[in-house]
Amino acid sequence: MPVLPVSRGPLSAALLAALSGPAPGLDDAEALRDVAVPSPADPFADEDLQLALYCAYELHYRGLDGVDAAWEWSPALLALRGRMEAVFEAGLRALVPDVGPAPSAEDVDLAIREIAAEDAPGLSQYLQRSATIDQYREVLVQRSAYQLKEADPHSWAMPRLYGAPKAALVEIQADEYGGGRPERMHARLFADTMEALGLDSDYGAYLDRIPARALSTVNLMSFFGLHRRWRGAIIGHLALFESTSSIPNGRYAAGLRRLGRDDEAAVAFFDEHVEADAVHENLATVDMAGGLIRQDPSLAGDVLFGARCLAELEGAWTGEVLAAFEAGRSSLLHPLERTPVAA
Amino acid sequence: MSDETRITAYRDGPLVVRGPFRLEDQDGGEIDPGREVVALCRCGRSRIRPFCDGSHKLVRFSAPSTREDRRIAARPAD
Repeated sequence: MPVLPVSRGPLSAALLAALSGPAPGLDDAEALRDVAVPSPADPFADEDLQLALYCAYELHYRGLDGVDAAWEWSPALLALRGRMEAVFEAGLRALVPDVGPAPSAEDVDLAIREIAAEDAPGLSQYLQRSATIDQYREVLVQRSAYQLKEADPHSWAMPRLYGAPKAALVEIQADEYGGGRPERMHARLFADTMEALGLDSDYGAYLDRIPARALSTVNLMSFFGLHRRWRGAIIGHLALFESTSSIPNGRYAAGLRRLGRDDEAAVAFFDEHVEADAVHENLATVDMAGGLIRQDPSLAGDVLFGARCLAELEGAWTGEVLAAFEAGRSSLLHPLERTPVAA
Repeated sequence: MSDETRITAYRDGPLVVRGPFRLEDQDGGEIDPGREVVALCRCGRSRIRPFCDGSHKLVRFSAPSTREDRRIAARPAD
């Protein structure tokens, strides 16, 4: 369980201070009323807001070390989270004001593919061709905010679906979770890769180093996943995620091999995603997203909205990481210690 | 799930195999897919054939999901 992180501003300071104490009673929805939530121009780059939201959501996953479990359903905390989510959602609507014409069940795979085709290959190409092993380690640290709980945010959607799209989602998720073999669980493979590159694979170990833009990509999934009204968006998110995975992961693996890391522990995570996501892409776009729209055509716009929001936040994150690397800077809030150079 | 094997041709993408199957090389040796549902390369450009690795998107592979018919109609005799 992650330890409480260090605050990044008044909002996260107030939230983390509250979480260190007992949760207020169920009849107290006002306890955090005086905590101000900022409305920055770019909420996804706001360290204070994204960290506070990430911690509020983490209570629904594996929790935070030393935090009273009753906070998860505290009306006071949910009220504060709701105010943060309003800022988050307004930011999304500003980024994606219009998704265009809603696709039919038969065409949604083409619509998702169109968004996937706009995916800038910048970061994966950089890793393949130029990155150092220390830059790889930074990317793993950034990604650990999601990858150590890979697939979990999309699992929130399961009880909200029925029939064909549910069957497709479960088929994908079963594979994500290792098909019954814990050692093949994607989150486990990611932990193996972290360890192979000399990193701490403990859940949440690097939270204090992970910048807002990386946290925002995880908060996006939690936001869509935890609200039933956004079930179309979480499905669209997963459909695009699976459609933009095989080729970049192939590049990540190629870059590690370029750096002499062909060992199973280092590359298995990426190799597995090349193959797995080549399967998942079809199930996710045609069977899952198409199946959902067939049942409820009114969700088609939300499916595209979820996909577009992923493309925007992911693009902003990769752009920031790449800019840091190209400038010779660390992409983290606090750089890692460099790996000792082997003699 | 029944014990029926289903192979689905996805538009511009791979052949996805669900249900019980055995994948072999031409000498009868098993090719272990390592997963329940597999995607078989249809564009010929995968680096992990016979499995799909998404390369069809890079090469803009195009094929219908249904059976196609590109047989050229016989030319009328000169």
